[in-house]
Amino acid sequence: MGPLVPDIISGNLNYIVALVIGVLFGAILEQAGFSTSKKLVGLFYGYDFTVLRVFFTAGVVAMVGVIAFDHYGLIDMSLVFINPTFLWSAIVGGLIMGLGFVIGGFCPGTSVCAAAIGKIDAMVFIGGAFIGVLIFAEGYPMFEGLYKSANLGNPQLFETLHISQTLFAFIVVIFALLAFYLTNTIENKVNKINQPAIKTTPYFASVLVVGVILALSSFMFTDRKADLLNLVSDDNYVMNHWGNGKCTDKNNSDQMMCPDEFTLCLMKIMECDKFHIFDFRSEKDRKELPLPKSTPMTIDDLFAKEPNKLLTVLHRNNIFIANDELTEKKMAIIATELGYKRIKILRGGMNAFRKDILEYQPNPNATTLAEKNKDMFRLNAKAILPAFLQKFKPTEATKSDKPKRVLGGC
Amino acid sequence: MEETKYMNPYLAGVLLGLLLLATIYITGRGLGASGAIKSFAIATVESVAPAHTEATQFYQEYSNEHTGSPLMNWLVFEVIGVVIGAFLSGLMANRLKFKFEMGPRSTTKMRVIGAIIGGILWGIGSQLGRGCTSGAALSGMAVMSTGGFLTMFAIFAGAYIFAYFFRKFWI
Repeated sequence: MGPLVPDIISGNLNYIVALVIGVLFGAILEQAGFSTSKKLVGLFYGYDFTVLRVFFTAGVVAMVGVIAFDHYGLIDMSLVFINPTFLWSAIVGGLIMGLGFVIGGFCPGTSVCAAAIGKIDAMVFIGGAFIGVLIFAEGYPMFEGLYKSANLGNPQLFETLHISQTLFAFIVVIFALLAFYLTNTIENKVNKINQPAIKTTPYFASVLVVGVILALSSFMFTDRKADLLNLVSDDNYVMNHWGNGKCTDKNNSDQMMCPDEFTLCLMKIMECDKFHIFDFRSEKDRKELPLPKSTPMTIDDLFAKEPNKLLTVLHRNNIFIANDELTEKKMAIIATELGYKRIKILRGGMNAFRKDILEYQPNPNATTLAEKNKDMFRLNAKAILPAFLQKFKPTEATKSDKPKRVLGGC
Repeated sequence: MEETKYMNPYLAGVLLGLLLLATIYITGRGLGASGAIKSFAIATVESVAPAHTEATQFYQEYSNEHTGSPLMNWLVFEVIGVVIGAFLSGLMANRLKFKFEMGPRSTTKMRVIGAIIGGILWGIGSQLGRGCTSGAALSGMAVMSTGGFLTMFAIFAGAYIFAYFFRKFWI
């Protein structure tokens, strides 16, 4: 699961990756014609919209790609750098950069490209940008108010607009296609080329087909998390869908564990690696009744990269624990849909465990051997479990142990 | 020798998009450019006037967020790669040549002054916008960041608003 940094690619290798990516980045920009300021500013005067075509195509392809990767669980978006939104700083900064674009003829990336092939104006531009950063650094107290105001966190635009990711992606692709059409028209007009913006040639047809496929694919690569939450929103479906509630003492189902088996499991857990408990209870509940060797989880964690590794340890049963069976079933269904295997839940949740084991009242009517054994077992467990659980309570992971978002941006 | 024609813009866009996607998949972050210029600027000040950086808030905030030398930075390596990649591409396309480029009505002096001022504006603007066309606008679009789209629209809006006043530079 991506991002591959920092665990699969780390440290100095990441710098080599940066270098290779940079070489490709520079080569593509140069090949596309971004190394000449006359071509770059063309879009602001209407005579050359190459930049807009490359830019929007790249943005749309990468966006749909990210959505597809997320859909198939190939990337953990909670670790990916989402540019933060500082409302006024972004707007004012953008306007200043726009002004800089029509005066200077470059943006930073393209100026580096152009300087590399000998454009002297680009070298001068880089010098200017260098000075600009110094001005910002020295005048920082002056800019700071604007720079840090209206911090909206790291929202994604579809969240800000309160629409689904699918619809948003579709709109963006359609917007890009319309922009291509309009700019073709404008370009022909400005350059006094008397022909329609789109001709019925294989070239335009294929651009259109690819565009439409990209637009429609946003419906295919739905937001997986939203889908799964929707799937488990029906309580009836959930209750009937996991382990059909059956769990007898002798014959445990594959998907359910009854409180007695869970108790046995707990007592053996320090010596045995066959089970791992994933605790979906709140922090308060976990503190009050800790479970040994358990990993605290939330629904968001199911989609993340770190817990992914814990859930896929071979030959180990993953036991999902919550206060109630419904929550356990929801999590188990989601995890199964995500492709995780060997998941069991505790019948009745921790509430049943509490009632049947920790607060067990002796059964005076126990007559058969099985009933007597059960009675004894539960009384025994009741006596030793509380101290045992406290003794082996898991150390709560500190915040710094959690993988952080990658620091990106400029 | 004649210059090779430029690549088809849609093809270049798809390639750039796939590269950006790969970058996000591998590193969890997008492409960038202005960050490298910032790193160079900070590294320069640090080596020229170390006492000054220790006393100035901006450099302090930067060193709190970044460990090690400002030059040991992902974007610095990426931009070194850009120089190499663009050079190789220019070499293959016969575009390597020292020259000024400007509109027909512009002069070299105008072009130099414009490039400096434009650069300065980008230096300041990219700090405020927390990234430039690559780091904020393009990479921000790929991850659908509100801030990224906002910066992108502001850049385009700014350029279109002011384009008329500087038309003598280009057309």
